[in-house]
Amino acid sequence: MIPMLKPVVETAELEKRYGDAASPIRALAGVDLTVHPGEFVAVVGPSGSGKTTLLSTLATLLTPTSGKIIVAGEDLGSLSESERTVFRRSKIGFTFQSNNLVPYLTARENVELMLRLNGTLNKQTRPLAGELLDRLGLGDRLKSYPNQLSGGQQQRVAIARALVHSPELVLADEPTASLDTERAHQVVETFASLIHEQGRAGIMVTHDLRMVRYVDRVVRMEDGQVADILSDPGAIEALAEGAPMPVSIPAPLEALAA
Amino acid sequence: MSLYLAFKEIWRNRGRFLLFSLVVGLITMLVLFIAGLASGLSAANREYLSDLDAQLIVYQENSDYLINASRLPMDKAPGLRRLPGVQEVGAIALTNASVWPADGAEAFDITLIGVEPGKPGEPSVRAGQGLRGTRSREAIIDKRIAEEFGLEPGDSLTIKSTQGTREEFFSLTVAGVADRQDYLFLPSVIVPYRTWERIRPQETPPQSDAPFIPNVFAVKLQPGADVAQVQASILRTVPKVIAADVQTAIESIPGYSVQQSTLNTQRFFTLLIGVLVLGGFFQIQTLQKIGQIGMLKAIGAANRTVAGASLWQIAIVTSLGVGLGGLVTFLLTLGIPPEVPLQLTGVTIATTTLLLLVIGPLAGMVSIRMAGRVDPLTAIGQ
Repeated sequence: MIPMLKPVVETAELEKRYGDAASPIRALAGVDLTVHPGEFVAVVGPSGSGKTTLLSTLATLLTPTSGKIIVAGEDLGSLSESERTVFRRSKIGFTFQSNNLVPYLTARENVELMLRLNGTLNKQTRPLAGELLDRLGLGDRLKSYPNQLSGGQQQRVAIARALVHSPELVLADEPTASLDTERAHQVVETFASLIHEQGRAGIMVTHDLRMVRYVDRVVRMEDGQVADILSDPGAIEALAEGAPMPVSIPAPLEALAA
Repeated sequence: MSLYLAFKEIWRNRGRFLLFSLVVGLITMLVLFIAGLASGLSAANREYLSDLDAQLIVYQENSDYLINASRLPMDKAPGLRRLPGVQEVGAIALTNASVWPADGAEAFDITLIGVEPGKPGEPSVRAGQGLRGTRSREAIIDKRIAEEFGLEPGDSLTIKSTQGTREEFFSLTVAGVADRQDYLFLPSVIVPYRTWERIRPQETPPQSDAPFIPNVFAVKLQPGADVAQVQASILRTVPKVIAADVQTAIESIPGYSVQQSTLNTQRFFTLLIGVLVLGGFFQIQTLQKIGQIGMLKAIGAANRTVAGASLWQIAIVTSLGVGLGGLVTFLLTLGIPPEVPLQLTGVTIATTTLLLLVIGPLAGMVSIRMAGRVDPLTAIGQ
């Protein structure tokens, strides 16, 4: 975690409103968030808190109604549709809750897909997929198809795919849904190591508080706003072990600095 | 990129896609067979007429363009021949008879046609020569009879015909062999008109110089003459006749129009079935893949990449199926006996194949658009 480097994610008063002016639904009601390279952040909160909306907006799948959102140096609000597609595939790595992998491609081909989409698959980059999968303990499953892999293995292939093209921001949507405890820990721990190793910015949306022990910061959302931020390792550890979330700090935005 | 995704998916599920190509192939075969049948039946009905070296047929008035209902005296011919634009006129008479094979097998039904040698009505021959005298005991046989009985110019042919109460047999020499000259589904034997008058089946035994009364006259026009104009002048100048161009004559053959429109309806519906089956299959396919398509878009695949992959798949499956179906159909038609009225020319196969190849992607349009419209947001937050 190197706070001196330019942040990968910077949002200010980010809002996403649905519905008409009379009774708007505020999925995001003014979110300020900063994430630096090498920082692994967990976004937690009840359903409807806006964490999925936040993730979608960071991934350029939703356009904000108002507010500032800069990711990897780009103002997401000003990108055209095709620019967003290009941005998404080159600057962002993504893992999903389900349907993570393309069923008719092998593990290796699934990872290489990101390089193909970016047109950067060549002699130099070809070994990357194999290396990443090896690092994730799947070196012997390169030719397996998703339906031949367990849930945890699929999630790990997805992580490899989310990293192979060296994106600045990695997003994970509920990476441990449908995984048992042991696998869940394995996956998130590996995720965290790679993020730290490669100096990426990582954001994980999760409802499984046990997993926060691997992150550097916990952002709790409620009703479309950031309700709490935890940066103290002790507090994070306690949260992971089941302690209740500390009481809200009066001002909604505490130190954006670590 | 699109082709890569399309091909990989087909390869991984090759059993399923092959099965589907098979269905497309079967539909192709069905469409081709019906097209061939329509062609074949049409030809079997009217080949003789469409092969005529004439542009107009003259019938008795009130015959409603039915050859059988028309009888015209020979003295109409000079009047017709004199009209401007007319090059030649030939009398034609048709009746049924049968060929009696030498080895005592069953009699073979034919159309016995009486013509004026050298005039319109006599078909051109591929082997041998044309007819010479007006009462010579010779005949031009069509390809089907030649093949059926292994006959060549110079061979003998026996015509069986019932005259009065007796069955008479007439021996004719084969002068020449023409292309297929089917009329009303029967092959043809063409003889000089006086011979025709002598040997045709009739209720009373024939007198030696009974007048020859043709059914119709075939009128051949001079090059460059206008068919409609000559037709109009015939109606104006020659009494008690009506005239029609060859196409109208063909369409007036009893049952012809009904037969053709029935077959065309079948063809249309078979194509429709093909479209629905193809479209339905790809629709179901795409529906099942919505989650996967959403994910692809969420990681940054462009709309057109995803839609393109769908299109490629449809194109590949359709091409494979149509290609297979066309090939198998072609091979099968090589082994079909000549009695079966099936006529599949290269042109028919080519146009039908192209039509099906276009229909495939069109049918898949719905699913292609569906793929293009999937919202990548669906990939997040199940």
